[in-house]
Amino acid sequence: MGQSQSLKMKDLIPELKRIVGDDYVLDDQADLLVYEYDGSIDRGNPVVVVLPDTAKEISQVLKLARLNSLPVVARGAGTGLSGGAIAEHGGIVLSMARMNQILEVNRSDRYAIVEPGVVNLDLSTHVASEGLYYAPDPSSQRACTIGGNIAENSGGPHCLAYGVTTNHVLGMEVVLADGSITWFGDNERDGIGYDLRGITIGSEGTLAIVTKISVRLLRLPEHVKTMLMSFETIEDASAAVTEIIGAGMVPAALEMMDHFCIKAAEEAVGAGYPEGAGAVLLVELDGLLESVEEESEEIEAICHEFSPLEIRVATDSLEREKLWSGRKGVLGALGRLAPNYYLVDGTIPRTKLVDVLKKINEISERSGYPIANLLHAGDGNLHPSILFDERKPGDVENILAIGAEILRICVDSGGVLSGEHGIGLEKQDQMPLMFSEEDMATMSLLKLAFETEDLLNPGKVFPTGAGCGDISQARAIARVGPGAYI
Amino acid sequence: MLEVEKISKSTWLNESELYKCVHCGFCLQACPTYLATGLETESPRGRIALMKAVNEGRLEISNQVMRHWDLCVQCRACEDVCPSGVPYGNLIESTMDHVRDYRRIGLLPRLAYEIALKYLLPNQKNLSVLVAMMDFYIKSGFQKLVRKTKILRLISRRLENLEMMTPALNGEFFRADGHVYQSGMADAEKIQMLTGCIMPLTQGNQMRAAVRVLNKAGKDVEIPSSQVCCGAINSHVGDVEKAKELARENIEAFSKDNIDGAIVVASAGCGARMKEYGPLLADDPEYSSKAANFSKRVIDINEYLIGTQLQPGESGVRRAVTYQDSCHLANVQKVRDAPRNLLKSIQGVDFCELKQSNICCGAGGTYMITEPEMSKKILANKMKNIIDSGADTITTANPGCFMQLQNGIREAGLDVEVKYVTDLLDETYTKK
Repeated sequence: MGQSQSLKMKDLIPELKRIVGDDYVLDDQADLLVYEYDGSIDRGNPVVVVLPDTAKEISQVLKLARLNSLPVVARGAGTGLSGGAIAEHGGIVLSMARMNQILEVNRSDRYAIVEPGVVNLDLSTHVASEGLYYAPDPSSQRACTIGGNIAENSGGPHCLAYGVTTNHVLGMEVVLADGSITWFGDNERDGIGYDLRGITIGSEGTLAIVTKISVRLLRLPEHVKTMLMSFETIEDASAAVTEIIGAGMVPAALEMMDHFCIKAAEEAVGAGYPEGAGAVLLVELDGLLESVEEESEEIEAICHEFSPLEIRVATDSLEREKLWSGRKGVLGALGRLAPNYYLVDGTIPRTKLVDVLKKINEISERSGYPIANLLHAGDGNLHPSILFDERKPGDVENILAIGAEILRICVDSGGVLSGEHGIGLEKQDQMPLMFSEEDMATMSLLKLAFETEDLLNPGKVFPTGAGCGDISQARAIARVGPGAYI
Repeated sequence: MLEVEKISKSTWLNESELYKCVHCGFCLQACPTYLATGLETESPRGRIALMKAVNEGRLEISNQVMRHWDLCVQCRACEDVCPSGVPYGNLIESTMDHVRDYRRIGLLPRLAYEIALKYLLPNQKNLSVLVAMMDFYIKSGFQKLVRKTKILRLISRRLENLEMMTPALNGEFFRADGHVYQSGMADAEKIQMLTGCIMPLTQGNQMRAAVRVLNKAGKDVEIPSSQVCCGAINSHVGDVEKAKELARENIEAFSKDNIDGAIVVASAGCGARMKEYGPLLADDPEYSSKAANFSKRVIDINEYLIGTQLQPGESGVRRAVTYQDSCHLANVQKVRDAPRNLLKSIQGVDFCELKQSNICCGAGGTYMITEPEMSKKILANKMKNIIDSGADTITTANPGCFMQLQNGIREAGLDVEVKYVTDLLDETYTKK
């Protein structure tokens, strides 16, 4: 950092403190280090962390950042899995943790207005007494925030039937890069004109900072049935999934876990998953009692074609919660099997499940790295998780290359780069696998329509070198080392 | 002033435990200090990140770093929700032990600290003299005068805060004098009970109620005389050696009469510590197996009572009751249902759940004294939830929580009583 900039920094800190208060500006080396990571493997140190409390404060911070040409990276709970909240180019991390109020619940119109730092599960818990819930349920829903969900357009097990975040956000207040505060979208109905709401969702904080969100609430279903089916091999389980979806059924959730995941989840929460199974399916049906029963019979019949080891039905809500607790905690639980995991998020056509999983297994055997597979199988969203130890020289480069190879397989099989975790830092270099130069150019123009300085979460989404500014080549080399497939 | 020694890599933490943390962030919402501040520096994941950074030589131990570790209440709620199974309790205790040498503390505070932890808490005689003095201070009206004139504020805010925490005494001291409290029932099983350090002095009445309830459950209760403080507070602040010494004394005290029955504990923090004497003394050739056996005998009083044939008295009580989980009962001993089920078994108890009952109240052993500011922040949220619950009685399972809740309720001016579950059970027999 040059002399002139550090002088500026010296003046910047008191200015930031004046805006948000002394306690909510962090610039000690130790403090910054705690904001260098998210839930995945990327790291980047901010110059300062700021925790605003209002849109007005954010507006002032953005104006100040612009004046000083400092990048601004919004952060929810830092549970992301693609590096979206990593301050790769230093600058300001804008933590939304203090903006965590549920401002309004409208029961009759079934929406809620919340601040971005509200924890996903807290919202559903809060409105449960009204018979309502918020549908998108990322596995990290106990910790992740609605703001972060918007940035990544997050999904979750129940998005198979209900759709992802963008299907549940009606509108939102945003602060634009120049500090102006405005509202995108509508509470009542889809507006006319360009859908700025839709464009912002999934833009990973590169277009605007979201400060207030109006979300759609759904009525809690009359009946819920959760079943656990175990199979000898992952091929059997995959074939069953293909068959269920092929029969035209859309369960509320259809999840798959392989033997690594079963082991980890069992150790973590004792969810009662059967030992020795090659894979389990977690199937949830909801709706009216009669239709749920009818569908579950049909699904059981299909599963029987693939010689299941066991079919278990949760008999009460406690048992259901237990079955789900294994699934929702499984990712963190992989920490029991290895010091690190690298979770790859890709989506494939459901007819290709058997094929692609076989290929992933081949990669695992060839490379020697165990790969645990957990899938939102119903919508073909894979999460192969490569187990490794970041302290071992060469491991990080190797697993990144493996991740890239898996994503290429996904795209080649007709799938897409990300199911629900976003592009972030993780997959920016793979964007050209999916998008043509024209596509990327159009996206760049869109970004430029929002801001020309490239200060809002710079270096994300766009391939390294393609965006604006001085995206480091060194990083590209480190991430996509020799033997990479790009 | 202490010499700050160069950090030698991986001498103080178990690396395989440390690197179980994959920073998924699931712990954030379980952490009272994160909830109170919104700062990741005050979160388990953040504290572990700092341990890793120090371990990797990327960061030196500074006051700022120690500050974040010190602010941990050690409630271990994070451990309970961690999918990776990070043994956070071990990590923070070894860290506190390790950083003792890095601290630059003035002579006076350090002296006070040493005296409190080495000579007061572990020694009932010395402690009882101090508590008697406090009692005199309260009863003589001197306390009223001090509070009215706010004279302490002139000296220091901190001292004033400390004064506000002077525990109210509940009846006479309960002595660990070797007495056996008879149930009067034929073939009664004989069990032993830990008194602890603070509880028998400040909450004598509550201890006597607990013993009466155990008698009602058909147990003869022996209070071994040479027992000492369990050592929990020593290990929390990083004095593991003293904790081990106390553990060995207790193991001897409770095996004198060759009783191998249950060691019932009415204080969740002590129970948690004693259930972990095994790992604490694992490297002690003479005591490792004795400690493991001892730990197996330790059981929380709520957990114990639910396994007996205890019948609450027919007169019942008339109260709207809620329950605050004591962290070391819920998160460490994993006992959550027993106290609730005991309460529900009492006629006339209108039980309602407390929102965020699993989040710490901010007591944390000596935390309320050493970190009054954060402790109060945490407590404020608790008070809000107590009001929302509509309860007129809040129950808990640990003397620290008990006193902290009492202080909070007094300062907030609420009309809510703090009780142990055993107090309410006892009421069902004594009330007409």
